[in-house]
Amino acid sequence: MFQDLNDLIISLMGKGDIADILSVVVYAALPLVVILGYALVAILGEMKISAWLQDRLGPMRTGPYGILQPIADMLKLIQKEDTTPNLADKKLYNAAPFIVFIGSYLAFAALPFASIYAGARINTGIFYIVAVSGIVVVGILMAGWGSNNKYALLGSIRSVAQIISYEIPAGLAILSVVMIAGTMDMQTICKLQQGGLQNWFIFGGPKSLAGFGGNYAWLLTPVMLVSFIIYIVASLAETNRVPFDIPEAESELVAGYHTEYSAMKFALFFLAEYANMFAVSAIASVLFLGGWNSPFAGFLDAPWMGAIWFVGKAFTFVMIQIWIRWTLPRLRVDQLMYICWKVMIPFGMATVLIVGTIVTFLAH
Amino acid sequence: MTEVLERKMQTMPVPVKVVPAEQIDPKRIRTEEMVLNIGPQHPSTHGVLRLEAVLDGELVIDVVPFLGYLHRCFEKHSEAMTYPQVIPYVDRMDYLAPMQGEHGYALAVERMMGIEVPEKVEFIRVLFGELQRIASHLVAVGTFGLDTGAFTPFLYCFRDREDILEMFEKTCGARLLYNYIWVGGLSHDLHPDVISMCRTFVKKSRATHKEINELLTFNKIFVERTANIGILKPDVAINGGASGPMLRGSGVKWDLRRDDPYSIYDRFEFDIPVGTGMLGTVGDCFDRHWVRMCEWEQSLNIIEQILEKYPQSDKTDVQKAVPKRIKPGAGEIYSRVETARGELGYYLVSKDGINPWRCKVRSPAFVNLSLLPIISRGYLMADLIIILGSVDIVLGEVDR
Repeated sequence: MFQDLNDLIISLMGKGDIADILSVVVYAALPLVVILGYALVAILGEMKISAWLQDRLGPMRTGPYGILQPIADMLKLIQKEDTTPNLADKKLYNAAPFIVFIGSYLAFAALPFASIYAGARINTGIFYIVAVSGIVVVGILMAGWGSNNKYALLGSIRSVAQIISYEIPAGLAILSVVMIAGTMDMQTICKLQQGGLQNWFIFGGPKSLAGFGGNYAWLLTPVMLVSFIIYIVASLAETNRVPFDIPEAESELVAGYHTEYSAMKFALFFLAEYANMFAVSAIASVLFLGGWNSPFAGFLDAPWMGAIWFVGKAFTFVMIQIWIRWTLPRLRVDQLMYICWKVMIPFGMATVLIVGTIVTFLAH
Repeated sequence: MTEVLERKMQTMPVPVKVVPAEQIDPKRIRTEEMVLNIGPQHPSTHGVLRLEAVLDGELVIDVVPFLGYLHRCFEKHSEAMTYPQVIPYVDRMDYLAPMQGEHGYALAVERMMGIEVPEKVEFIRVLFGELQRIASHLVAVGTFGLDTGAFTPFLYCFRDREDILEMFEKTCGARLLYNYIWVGGLSHDLHPDVISMCRTFVKKSRATHKEINELLTFNKIFVERTANIGILKPDVAINGGASGPMLRGSGVKWDLRRDDPYSIYDRFEFDIPVGTGMLGTVGDCFDRHWVRMCEWEQSLNIIEQILEKYPQSDKTDVQKAVPKRIKPGAGEIYSRVETARGELGYYLVSKDGINPWRCKVRSPAFVNLSLLPIISRGYLMADLIIILGSVDIVLGEVDR
């Protein structure tokens, strides 16, 4: 697809270095367009879903049924005064939102949006995503420390402890998929799951994998279901969403690490949160639900349709996250850690062990 | 003064001297507690309350409530007002249960003057008192859910409260501060629609009660957050003067409607729910929440009984017993009622004038709040918010 884009730009501007650079920039910025468009829809979705859950109408004044509300909110945030607390550590304070956003945006580079488009085809794609999402932690810690606010500090400490802890069960869940697939390349993982939903990794992976002989793959189904649940719960914690929104628990810490931020810097945190939600949902759909594959063999599976399946699956998970957010109360810090270290990690270890045994001994 | 200065010195920036790591003596590194100001501008202080919490990490070492941000001089004001003029100020104390506050005040003056009010008026007072109790508990339960992070039950509670406010609005025109219960009577007769509205409300409210129980009370996360947290032992509760759901949550069966009956409460059958440590320890936050949930149901029972017995054909003027001139003779009285928050007492001293010489209010929220430091030491910062929510304070009444 890069070649097509390059040809298009060359035909518009003529051959040259500038055309090449421009096509690289356009190619790399495509996910950003997706994020911005998605964020507007997701924010509206959050407003409307919460409203319907709560017997309200939600925004109704801006545009028909209030569908322009996210744009109005964005314009409002642009106009707002950009404040910095007097005693804040200016460098850390000002850099933090950008680092948080970059951390979540970097993950989009390796996401396979369709069989013909992935920002960067990295052969250790999923490993790369897990690694770069760690950068978010640094940004959050900078924000909490730099704001010179006790609430922000408490929030960032909680957040760091939480995100780092929950990367382990998430990593274990990812590992079981990687062991079956035998690759970390996101595009290859998607390709392996072609041919209908019985080949998705949530149901034990493709039945035609070399050496599986078609029989043992079904043994993996219950294990992979557990893996999937572990990943979903851990991803909720990684994105700081309810019931794990302890870092920004509004009833205790006002707004957690972004208490002091206003205007566009706040908007960046907000955008990063939504981008993160999409990223973890996208990873779940790639690893467990077939990525850009259609659920039935030969049903709407044109290459460009892949993008719609992919975004649709990810978006469904985002909506589920919103649904959970407006239903459940919030856990306490120690209970959160208990669930992670004493429940999810043992289960994650067990799944890795079982998958490893089956793949090693039975598959050949 | 020196304490304040010392505190200021601690918060001033200190020039940092960089010491190489190998020269640091581990014995000299000391950690210290952090003082965290919660409020007066904080989403979960339920009004303008300031808590000064001393934290070791997230552990609460001590907490001191600072009051007075909403002090409006009620007691002094009422000395300058005539007896009926005090009632609008009474509304503004416990603004979540003004009907019950008015009822208490009217009772105090009526007892001083020896006024007997018509039966119909008593029925309306009790009906509105119980509706008000439900409205107040709805706010308490909803905001308690909010403190634990559950947003949706809060709005379900407010949806139901809206129906109650509509009934009040139809009858007396006001939705929050009614000035409805007068000394010797009421400002208006019951609106004819209210009885049928009440019938539908009782049905609807029972459904909401069930829904809130499913969505919030028996939610695993909610139980984990509230059970075994903020335990108030019965002896501490009695010694500390706690009342209302706070006292009953600790397992003490004490309700003025039963133990010191006023108005016509002795004609109705209702249970006094007490905390039993159902899912934790007796007197924890869950018990206080559960007592409120049960009282909601009991109030619905009382309302149903009122609807049965209410004398609809009785055309007595509700202002029949209102005296032309309210001027109790010299003397004093302490009169108390059970509001949604507990024992609300009025101590009135009259020197044979048209205004009270002294009007002292024993407010339940104030006394209950004074127990907060005792029950929140040793829990986490997140628990402190839950404990405060379970006390169910109204700052208008705490500060007066």
